[in-house]
Amino acid sequence: MDLNTEVKTELAPTSPPGVKLGLGTWLRKKLFNNWYNSILTLVSILVIYFMTKGIVTWLLTEADWAVVTDNFKLFMVGQYPLEYLWRVWLSLVFVSLLFGLSAGVWKGTILHLSSVLVIVMVIHTLVPFTSTNTKLWLVGCIVCVIGGYLAGPKLPKQKPFVLLGWFISFPVILFIINGYGILPKVSTNVWGGLLLTLILSIVAIVGSIPIGILLALGRTSKLPIIKYFCVIYIETIRGVPLITIFFMSIFMFPLFLPQGLTINNVVSAMIGATLFTAAYMAENVRGGLQSIPNGQREAGRALGLNPVQLMYFIIMPQALRAVIPAIVGQSISMFKDTSLVTIVGLMDLLGIAQSVKSNPDYLGSIMEVYLYVAVIYWMIAYSMSYGSQRLEKNLGVGKR
Amino acid sequence: MEQLSVQTSEKQKEYLISCANVNKWFGKLHVLKDVTLDVKKGEVLVILGPSGSGKSTFIRTINGLEEIQQGEITIDGINLSHDVKDIEKIRKETGMVFQQFNLFPHMTVMKNITLAPIWVRKKPKAEAEKLALELLKRVGIPEQADKYPGQLSGGQQQRVAIARALAMQPEIMLFDEPTSALDPEMIKEVLDVMKELAKSGMTMLCVTHEMGFAREVADRIVLFDQGEIVETGTPEELFDNPKNERTKLFLSQIL
Ligand SMILES: Nc1ncnc2c1ncn2[C@@H]1O[C@H](COP(=O)(O)OP(=O)(O)OP(=O)(O)O)[C@@H](O)[C@H]1O
Ligand SMILES: [Mg+2]
Repeated sequence: MDLNTEVKTELAPTSPPGVKLGLGTWLRKKLFNNWYNSILTLVSILVIYFMTKGIVTWLLTEADWAVVTDNFKLFMVGQYPLEYLWRVWLSLVFVSLLFGLSAGVWKGTILHLSSVLVIVMVIHTLVPFTSTNTKLWLVGCIVCVIGGYLAGPKLPKQKPFVLLGWFISFPVILFIINGYGILPKVSTNVWGGLLLTLILSIVAIVGSIPIGILLALGRTSKLPIIKYFCVIYIETIRGVPLITIFFMSIFMFPLFLPQGLTINNVVSAMIGATLFTAAYMAENVRGGLQSIPNGQREAGRALGLNPVQLMYFIIMPQALRAVIPAIVGQSISMFKDTSLVTIVGLMDLLGIAQSVKSNPDYLGSIMEVYLYVAVIYWMIAYSMSYGSQRLEKNLGVGKR
Repeated sequence: MEQLSVQTSEKQKEYLISCANVNKWFGKLHVLKDVTLDVKKGEVLVILGPSGSGKSTFIRTINGLEEIQQGEITIDGINLSHDVKDIEKIRKETGMVFQQFNLFPHMTVMKNITLAPIWVRKKPKAEAEKLALELLKRVGIPEQADKYPGQLSGGQQQRVAIARALAMQPEIMLFDEPTSALDPEMIKEVLDVMKELAKSGMTMLCVTHEMGFAREVADRIVLFDQGEIVETGTPEELFDNPKNERTKLFLSQIL
């Protein structure tokens, strides 16, 4: 508060609050303040004009979205059997509820993200091409978000409760979708589309963070065997392209497995992606560990904390907080890089796009397919980036 | 245990801290040379000396933050060896206050103070919090318990750091230039807390450049130069009637 008033009084003489530049002044100052900026401005306006014109004309007159609407189910879940589709929906209902509850409890960022989720679902409910069944499920999801939002603040022990919900959501959803024989099993082989992309990235992200932390700790260990194992692991993985890891995991893991045990391609890809990301996460965490001033360790040791307590209470929380942006950045790039599994033949979102585009019924609809897929990737990646920026601000990273 | 060694127990009665011929090297640099020093229970010792003379290094050997290569340090009857268990015992007995405060920035003041009592001393949380509030009152900032260190002034942070060290109910308090990072107007509030602590009978080792504090509070002053103890004496002896040339030189530079 003090700070704000100080800043205001300081700035007062040069730019009194509330005074805005007029349009003419603004244009002159920001866009035409000298001859080369004027030329740049004019060129940019021309480029933007032609691009917008092209895109708008294409969208309004030429684009044929049948390729997306006809194959909507494929894009979302791939070959997931129709009769078990309710399990995917149930998972979505669960996630919607969690989003709603979190929005109610924390407001802020998660409320914004939940609103976007609701808007996307409302759009899909209203467009003509979705089936009645889909619409009903979507309405259910929307009700869950809103209901969760209203109920969240009334829960006893709100925050731990909702966090617990998120914590168990991952295994629960894997169970619902896979079945593991308790529900009829839907093999990972037939998972596809956005479902596969999401599950692959979430497995890789959620799995790689703890492994990354262990590798980072191992790398700072005093025991040479542990230390060099971690160093070699991290440096080897970081020196190899992800696509190579996917090829190796799919064609080589099976060779190492004992006789009779088989592993399907999706699981291999999950393991490959997790192990790959873990090496990068480890380097991020290590950066965080190094950023903690030595005084923190000394203060902890002087108080009599043992090394484990020191790491758990003092070093790790600060280190992780410092590298949240890097971890989220890594997560976003992992999310986008899952699209490489297309090359090893998996039907993720991009894989579906590839196969749909080669269907002769939709000849010439390449643009629509890729635009649709790109928008989905962008929306999810941007939501993550937005969430992390806000989280960073709230946690006051950079301020000590 | 009582009959363990007549010698040690006798010495122990008299001396809480006992250092004999302590030597330490950083690489080839000989930073502590044959340091021998005994401190009685309740004594307030001020350590003076020029920059780089090894004051910090010495005070940090007392709670095992620095290892020594030769000599012997005994704290409250426990020999400070390489045994981890012993070092942990000694760290429970000694509180330390640093020049840079070293509070944990991600925890509230209350959490900063109660962390070690709860996890090291295994105190129940309620009891630890009650003690923390008492200590915050003692250092004059009871209303700051729920703030984060970053929201406090330097003087307040250092007082929290003192409260945090006291919360372990140590026998000995070590201070390494506790006021050197503070603005002049905040130095007094920290020194006042230290004076009160000294009066209450705490055994204290203070590295400081505050001569007024040294003269007023110290029972004994030790002067370090180039890793050696050059002179020891009461404030009067040392300030008004220094015997050693190096002491005279140091005092002429600083006063
Ligand atoms: N970790 C270390 N590694 C190598 N040399 C060190 C280390 N710590 C201290 N030294 C050196 O040991 C000597 C004594 O340092 P020390 O910090 O004990 O001095 P000091 O008396 O506390 O000085 P000041 O008044 O500046 O704090 C100095 O020459 C210093 O450069
Ligand atoms: Mg020092």
